[in-house]
Amino acid sequence: MAGRKATTHVNQNEPLLFEQSARGKRGYRLPKLDVPAVDAAKLLGASARADVGALPELSEIEIVRHFTRLSTWNYAIDLGMYPLGSCTMKYNPRVNEAVARLEGLAEAHPYQPEALSQGALAVMKSLSDCLIEITGMDAITLQPAAGAHGEFTGLLLVQAHHAAQGNARRRVLIPDSAHGTNPATAAMCGYEIANLKSNAQGMVDIAELEKMVDGETAALMLTNPSTIGVFEPEIHKIADILHAKGALLYMDGANMNALCGKTRPGDFGVDVMHLNLHKTFSTPHGGGGPGSGPVACKKLLEPYLPVPVVRETAGGKLALDFDRPQSVGRVRAWYGNFGMFVRALAYILANGPDGLRQTTEDAVLNANYLRARLEGTFELPFPTRTLHEVVFSDRAQARLGVKTGDMAKRLIDYGFHPYTVSFPMIVPGAMMMEPTESESKAELDLFVEAMQAIAREIELDPEMVRTAPHTTRLQRLDETAAARKPVLRWKPEQV
Amino acid sequence: MRYLPKSAEDRAAMLAAIGVDSVEELFASIPEEYRLTRDLCIPAQHGESEIVARFRGWAEQNATGYSSFLGAGAYRHYRPVIIDSLIQRGEFLTSYTPYQPEIAQGTLQAMFEFQTMICELTGMEIANASMYDGSTGAAEAILMAVRVTGRSGAVVARTVHPEYRQVVTTALQHQGIQLAECGYATDGRVDMAALEAAITDETACVLVQSPNFFGTIEDVAAIAELAHQRGALLVVSVAEAVSLGVVRPPAEADIVALEAQSFGVPLGFGGPYCGVIACHERFLRQMPGRLVGQTVDRKETRGFVLTLSTREQHIRREKATSNICTNQALVALMATIFLSVYGREGIKELAEQNLAKTAYAAGAFTKAGAKVKFAGAPRFNEFVLDLPKGAEKTLAALLEKKIIGGLAIGKWYPELGANATLWCCTETTTRAEIDAAAAAFAEVR
Repeated sequence: MAGRKATTHVNQNEPLLFEQSARGKRGYRLPKLDVPAVDAAKLLGASARADVGALPELSEIEIVRHFTRLSTWNYAIDLGMYPLGSCTMKYNPRVNEAVARLEGLAEAHPYQPEALSQGALAVMKSLSDCLIEITGMDAITLQPAAGAHGEFTGLLLVQAHHAAQGNARRRVLIPDSAHGTNPATAAMCGYEIANLKSNAQGMVDIAELEKMVDGETAALMLTNPSTIGVFEPEIHKIADILHAKGALLYMDGANMNALCGKTRPGDFGVDVMHLNLHKTFSTPHGGGGPGSGPVACKKLLEPYLPVPVVRETAGGKLALDFDRPQSVGRVRAWYGNFGMFVRALAYILANGPDGLRQTTEDAVLNANYLRARLEGTFELPFPTRTLHEVVFSDRAQARLGVKTGDMAKRLIDYGFHPYTVSFPMIVPGAMMMEPTESESKAELDLFVEAMQAIAREIELDPEMVRTAPHTTRLQRLDETAAARKPVLRWKPEQV
Repeated sequence: MRYLPKSAEDRAAMLAAIGVDSVEELFASIPEEYRLTRDLCIPAQHGESEIVARFRGWAEQNATGYSSFLGAGAYRHYRPVIIDSLIQRGEFLTSYTPYQPEIAQGTLQAMFEFQTMICELTGMEIANASMYDGSTGAAEAILMAVRVTGRSGAVVARTVHPEYRQVVTTALQHQGIQLAECGYATDGRVDMAALEAAITDETACVLVQSPNFFGTIEDVAAIAELAHQRGALLVVSVAEAVSLGVVRPPAEADIVALEAQSFGVPLGFGGPYCGVIACHERFLRQMPGRLVGQTVDRKETRGFVLTLSTREQHIRREKATSNICTNQALVALMATIFLSVYGREGIKELAEQNLAKTAYAAGAFTKAGAKVKFAGAPRFNEFVLDLPKGAEKTLAALLEKKIIGGLAIGKWYPELGANATLWCCTETTTRAEIDAAAAAFAEVR
């Protein structure tokens, strides 16, 4: 309990679990053993364990208070706006949570007989059908556990396709505006990475692309709309250039919230793409996961999809098909993050075709409204028409010594989560905002007022902004010290 | 649409502020030929009650009301109710990755507690904030060993979960890593002579699972010695994390790839689960995934931040230790709450109950005419059972009695014959269920 003292807010001073532990406290009671007890030391011999170490010992009320108090130190979508660009922090409907906890779904064992798994397989089949229709693709795997895992799976399909054509090809093109996962994924697939420079508008430089694509180009990994929120105007030309040389177009679907119901990647030349169910399809982000990253593809890549795939049998039953000789293999045990499939499907059912379209329209409307209202205050590096997100630059404010990261921290004092800082890298001092469809006009107006107020504060008192936030339980944390001498776990001797 | 917080007037006012006449104009950058002019062919908008009814229908088509002896990497343990009440607080459920530590201390402190608990349980010095699951974690652990040693081969025990092995093969296929398999001895544990022969000077690591896929506990210390003799690392995969309450931790390993599903995570038809990598501190810079570290704020108050992110993709891009970004944070929180509930004594008592039920079941099934394979080796809560009357026939007969028996494993281990099945008992398995299954064996003709 070192350092613990009563304050006006006891919940502002919650120790670690280990610091509240005392021998003999209990938070559990197991049922009475209905079979003869065994002597573990005798049964296990040399493999027996004497002590499990410093796990905490606490009563139930202490555990409930501990985590409830910790929770009050978090910001969350349920509290307010989260304008993080490309993260699509939208409302997470609670009915999704309710249906995911239905016993027959939550307690289903992945190896229970197929005949007793028809409901789970129906969820997978229904979601697959919906996502194939939404993307305009031909086939899908739900197995990848997150977006980056989906990228990996997608590139494995690309590699398998080229290998089947006789040359596995060695290079993947990645624009300089891409998410960091794209080059990291390509490296994990053993590809050489060629950096595709953006043009003056921040978009794909078509002439440069034409020069770069050759017989060793496996694919272009393209985020569309791009990370500056702009739809690639010559998307089909991009696809044609790649296809003419036998290369494929991979689309990072992080920004799919700008497209659902308005246009389909499968219709504009994309060969393979991943979706983020925890972005576009409302499954909760949970402080960093779990996600889910289904990969949809065109027919030419279907034979290579991971095993198993769900298919309908002649008798109208659903079955898992493992007999796929050209498959790239398995990317995860079992079938993927099934609980996320349930939530995403519940979201799609709640929306229907008209709801998904309206959602996309509202997301784009919100971003454009922010852009229109903030354009005079912050510099817009690219005048191009944007969809679901907008990227400003801190240039005007940086002249007064206040950077994008400082303004982001000051937003916290106004009750908002910061926007995305310093990304994409093609914009110096980037301030990237994606409000999503979940924000009302009133909430957006408050956000605009906060941003304008911060801009004024910078002129009057830049130091105050540079040292924000001022209203949180903790002030800016020393990240350099954390990295220099890493303390990654609690140790008993600290007490 | 009930999730959208705007009136028609709001939308009109916003369009006017933007200076366009219709929302369609905002989509003008999408070439006309690619604009969708029809409704998507997906089900129409459902009311909330209709959504619940639809999923209830699907839930009922799955097995409910069955007793089950399935394990094999996915374990049915009791989940204390406070797990779901706490993780459904919006501040945990609907928060983003804690990149802004001033407003994410709740998630960060809980992750720091998770990392500590994993270290205590596994006997390792550091642990990360989670990986996708046990299978992908095992693959990442091998990649880590390759980076640490600069070698290019790995030996994988045949007693590692078959699906984990498939994931490892898929994940490593383009990394130029040579995978060799090592078989098992008559006691269902790694064949030490075969292992010794398989390890070469190019072996970056040996991957074993303990308790292994057959439920038997490997001699981790002896395997570590063999690996270390040739300069290779030892990676131990743990699929049944509750075993750590009573089984010696794999402290001689260099890297532990744990699946934490057993710690309060629902079976959920295979996911989401929670992988985690733990290792010695000297491998810190090669660790994939997020790490939470302790620090202080300007006023010297203790706080927590994501740290050492120069290992990660958003900074290092193609030179990152992994492409992983989104992890399994909320599932790791489930595990943290589960471990708080059971604590130092409870996890042991829980593990002992698993041991007792399993010992009882093995005895009861033996009496009923089935044969426990690898009976000589120590095991935790699973065992391989040979069903002399035929696995297919016996399992079908059990299903008639609403019992889901063990998993037929002949498709992965043809050498064990078609009648080899893998059975699991946990603290949730009752004596009555075990007796009913044993009685049903006798009735099979």
